[in-house]
Amino acid sequence: MDYFFELFLGGLTRGSIYALIALGYTMVYGIIELINFAHGEIYMIGAFTALIAASLLTMAGFQGLAVLALAMVIAVIYAGAYGYTVEKVAYQPLRQASRLSPLISAIGMSIFLQNYVLLAQTSDFLPFPSLIPQFKFMKSIEHIFSSSELVIVTVTATTMILLTCLIKFTRMGKAMRATAQDRKMAMLAGININRVISTTFVIGSCLAAVGGVLIASHIGQINFYIGFIAGIKAFTAAVLGGIGSIPGAVLGGLVLGWTESFATGYISSDYEDVFAFLLLVIILIFRPEGLLGKSSTHKV
Amino acid sequence: MRRVMCITVVAMMVMALMITGCSKKAEPVQPIKVGVAGPHSGDLASYGIPTVRAAELVVEEINAKGGVLGRPVELLIEDDVCKPEVATNTATKLVSDGAVVVVGHVCSGATKAALGIYNDAGIIVMSPSATNPDLTQSGDYPNFYRTIASDDLQAKLGVDFTVNTLGAKKVAVLHDKGDYGKGYAEFAKKYLEEMPGVEVTLFEGVTPGAVDYSAIVQKVGRSGAEAVVYGGYHPEASKIVTQMKKKKMDIFFVSDDGVKDVTFIKVAGEYSEGVYASGPMDVSDLPMYQKAVEAHKAKYGEEPGAFFKEGYAATIALLNAIEKAGSTESAAIEKVLRSEFVDTTVGNISFDAKGDAIGVGFSMYKVVNGEYVEQK
Repeated sequence: MDYFFELFLGGLTRGSIYALIALGYTMVYGIIELINFAHGEIYMIGAFTALIAASLLTMAGFQGLAVLALAMVIAVIYAGAYGYTVEKVAYQPLRQASRLSPLISAIGMSIFLQNYVLLAQTSDFLPFPSLIPQFKFMKSIEHIFSSSELVIVTVTATTMILLTCLIKFTRMGKAMRATAQDRKMAMLAGININRVISTTFVIGSCLAAVGGVLIASHIGQINFYIGFIAGIKAFTAAVLGGIGSIPGAVLGGLVLGWTESFATGYISSDYEDVFAFLLLVIILIFRPEGLLGKSSTHKV
Repeated sequence: MRRVMCITVVAMMVMALMITGCSKKAEPVQPIKVGVAGPHSGDLASYGIPTVRAAELVVEEINAKGGVLGRPVELLIEDDVCKPEVATNTATKLVSDGAVVVVGHVCSGATKAALGIYNDAGIIVMSPSATNPDLTQSGDYPNFYRTIASDDLQAKLGVDFTVNTLGAKKVAVLHDKGDYGKGYAEFAKKYLEEMPGVEVTLFEGVTPGAVDYSAIVQKVGRSGAEAVVYGGYHPEASKIVTQMKKKKMDIFFVSDDGVKDVTFIKVAGEYSEGVYASGPMDVSDLPMYQKAVEAHKAKYGEEPGAFFKEGYAATIALLNAIEKAGSTESAAIEKVLRSEFVDTTVGNISFDAKGDAIGVGFSMYKVVNGEYVEQK
């Protein structure tokens, strides 16, 4: 039973990581029906920014939680700026183009950002300091559930609640929902849809940066390629949960994390990915719109 | 690039001819012909050229001292482009040109294909680089020797060290599913199972690049393993080690030379302390190795390439065996190779009955205060 519980918590952490990144995919898809393949790269850039910021802050004499908080804020701002720029450069000019063009543009952006970091930084793995402090009250159960895992799970839960509130109760949220429903109609109603789309990208990128900082600090290493695998898994989680749905992204992430964790624990880690993607196939066969996705009828 | 290679090869052949030409004028006796086979052109040329250069440097030196058995040494250099089907032609050509021993071939596949032809002609072959375990262990190639350690030797060292030195009886074997890591892990598992009283509690592959390895780490903990033997490279190893230490699992971690890399220590930081990893023996302080590298730099103006020291060692070992045997008969040479140690650029070596070099190989290193320290 202990073992089950350990695997459950491990899967919960892993799933929360996927969920944080998946939120960005799902928000962008919900609004402009674009799969933003450069999203994983924003996550990676967030982690790199935090690494640089944390080194500078430590040199300047900051300590403990202050470093984490400040590095996180800097990373979030920086990644948000990246998200905004990527949208302006790579997607906005293609707003009226066929759906395939922005998709290709997204893949190009992803390759560009990866290689940019490769050249500007290094191809090697870099050590990432563990910014999350060891909490005293966690001492007794640290071998099962560490402080950094607790922080990851809490942050994901908080983020999801805040995001839901933002979309349900604010003016901007209302504008987002309107744009998602019918872009032309929203425009007619006086909504500045370019601003709405930009905001969506910025929010998604900020979340990715939060995820990047937490995970890098949890596993202790980064390189230019980490965004790719995390991005693929998060994208899978978004599809699993129903792309376009925010609770769906979180549920999808958790389900994926638990599947991988239990498959490794009870069957074999050789088949970790096999079971993760098998689950995706099964769910898409029986519920093509994903776990919490809304099935919509399309005009033919 | 290819053109430069071609010119280099032609230049070398001309030089080889010049050596022969000179010595023929000076010495009327028949030279001892040594074949050198490997990829000297094509995309794998960088693996073959250093051996040719090494053989040339050795032969120049030996001829300057009067040759072997009072006869000059002549090199027959043949290209096999690392292809088995070309290697058989190369071998036939070397046999008909009268080579008495062969340094080569470089690639395991090409070597396997050529060995039968040499065996029929009674010619001893010594490879500087073919690491495939079958070459020595299958017993199919009695005329084969090598100056590089076999792929499985590392696994053997790791297993011996884990069980005999560290005293672990329950061992979990993990790998990264890659050719290199999985190969290492499979050998490790085989050797562990052959040892009495040792249990392999877990044999599994992890997915490279996964965001975290807590599930597999917990599984290792649950299996009751006292040590983990890991086959793979450093990025995954550092994540696994870090998570093991964070989960307060205080068990041994033994790995291969994919982990014996400074980046591992840099990334895993304090968590890397006490990790064991095997790597090639350090030969940089051997005077002969230093001299060979200097000679190479003086002649070619650059650092020697891959398998230079192994090629150098193979040429020396063969010529030394001919000198000591007092003949070019393969039975006599074989006896010397197997019974006498010789100083080479890879250390003081001899050969076992299967053809693997004794005294060549890997050492176990341990991370102590942020540095790999050789375990004696």
